[in-house]
Amino acid sequence: MTSLLTSLAGMMAKTGQRALHFFSRIGRSAQFLILLFRALPSLLPRPNLVIKQLFSVGVLTIIIVLVSGAFVGMVLGLQGYNILVRFNSEASLGTMVGLTLVRELGPVITALLFAGRAGSSLTAELGLMKATEQFSSLEMMAIDPFKRVFAPRFVAGIIAMPLLAAIFSAVGILGGYFVGVGLLGVDAGAFWSQMQTSVDFHQDFMNGVWKSLAFGFTSTWIALYQGYDAVPTAEGVSRATTQGVVNASLVVLALNFIITALTLETN
Amino acid sequence: MSKRSIEIWVGIFVTAGVAALVMLAMQVSNLSSMSTGDTYKILANFDNIGGLNVRSPVKASGVLVGRVSNIIYDDDGYHAVVTMSIEKQFNKFPIDTSASIYTAGLLGEQYIGLSPGAEEDYLVDGDTLMFADSAVVLEKLIGRIMTDKLSN
Repeated sequence: MTSLLTSLAGMMAKTGQRALHFFSRIGRSAQFLILLFRALPSLLPRPNLVIKQLFSVGVLTIIIVLVSGAFVGMVLGLQGYNILVRFNSEASLGTMVGLTLVRELGPVITALLFAGRAGSSLTAELGLMKATEQFSSLEMMAIDPFKRVFAPRFVAGIIAMPLLAAIFSAVGILGGYFVGVGLLGVDAGAFWSQMQTSVDFHQDFMNGVWKSLAFGFTSTWIALYQGYDAVPTAEGVSRATTQGVVNASLVVLALNFIITALTLETN
Repeated sequence: MSKRSIEIWVGIFVTAGVAALVMLAMQVSNLSSMSTGDTYKILANFDNIGGLNVRSPVKASGVLVGRVSNIIYDDDGYHAVVTMSIEKQFNKFPIDTSASIYTAGLLGEQYIGLSPGAEEDYLVDGDTLMFADSAVVLEKLIGRIMTDKLSN
């Protein structure tokens, strides 16, 4: 009887420990965000720090975004044509490709690629900086690591995401155009005009832009926080990198569903 | 990599991103064909609006002149009140203009077609149309054909 009680208490203690650990992490990440926001004004006189980070976060991610955008658009064209031709409405291919890319796939896939390509390198870099105690050395020199290291990366991530998502969608639509019009013989005029009549500037295009901004914000925040909070060992850094990518991807997917459910007009 | 080439690459990246945004806005969405926003409202009472939606097109002779901006049900007169926002440049519709609900294609989206009348006075903001034909409801039509066939 007593042994049952002790093992039950042990189980409860373990659950409680996990819950406390989880909530303390969330709390620390919120504190981290506040510190990030406080450090933002110090970037204004030094835009060069952001430009340097834009290179590693944005420019180096372009290739993968270009290639996957083109292939996703081509698959959409191929698959969409195959479905629409059954209903004799292959002229609406432009509508399908345009709406799917601008509203959903553009921001989401770009955010996933961004978390994998840019987010992981951010986490690994910061984790390694922490493991080699570079933050402490910066503080010794009276340099705030938030102003010098974290804030520029944060801003660069938020700027880069919408641009990358736009590039993804644009290339994807061209890929869909290439397959649909070039290979399968959909009328080019119908492709563009149907797309233009059904893709609304405010409700669809701006929705995609806001989404990609939100995804840029969250995935950069998660990547930076994971690096900041990493256990300063080789194993800790590798775990933080993995966890950063997984968490960012899951949060992006969940957030996307919530935003779509809130903004999609059902009439 | 030198500071200069980093700056050049970032410049290329930002330009490409902005160009993609502009291309999406102009070529893909309806920004280029969007009206200037100056509109006036006219109302029409329909017995049945079928599948008409807010933002459905309003056309005259097949040309887009405005959009449906509001649809409410009037439970005093038992009919639907449709508010249409017509672009200011088309301000010469006679007061006896009639509105009908048509379907683009056999099963496509529904729109309002305006047919101008012959009066000298023009419609102004807030006017209600005198004549409005209801939407053709396919089930009713089929039902009527069925009863006709059966009674013969």
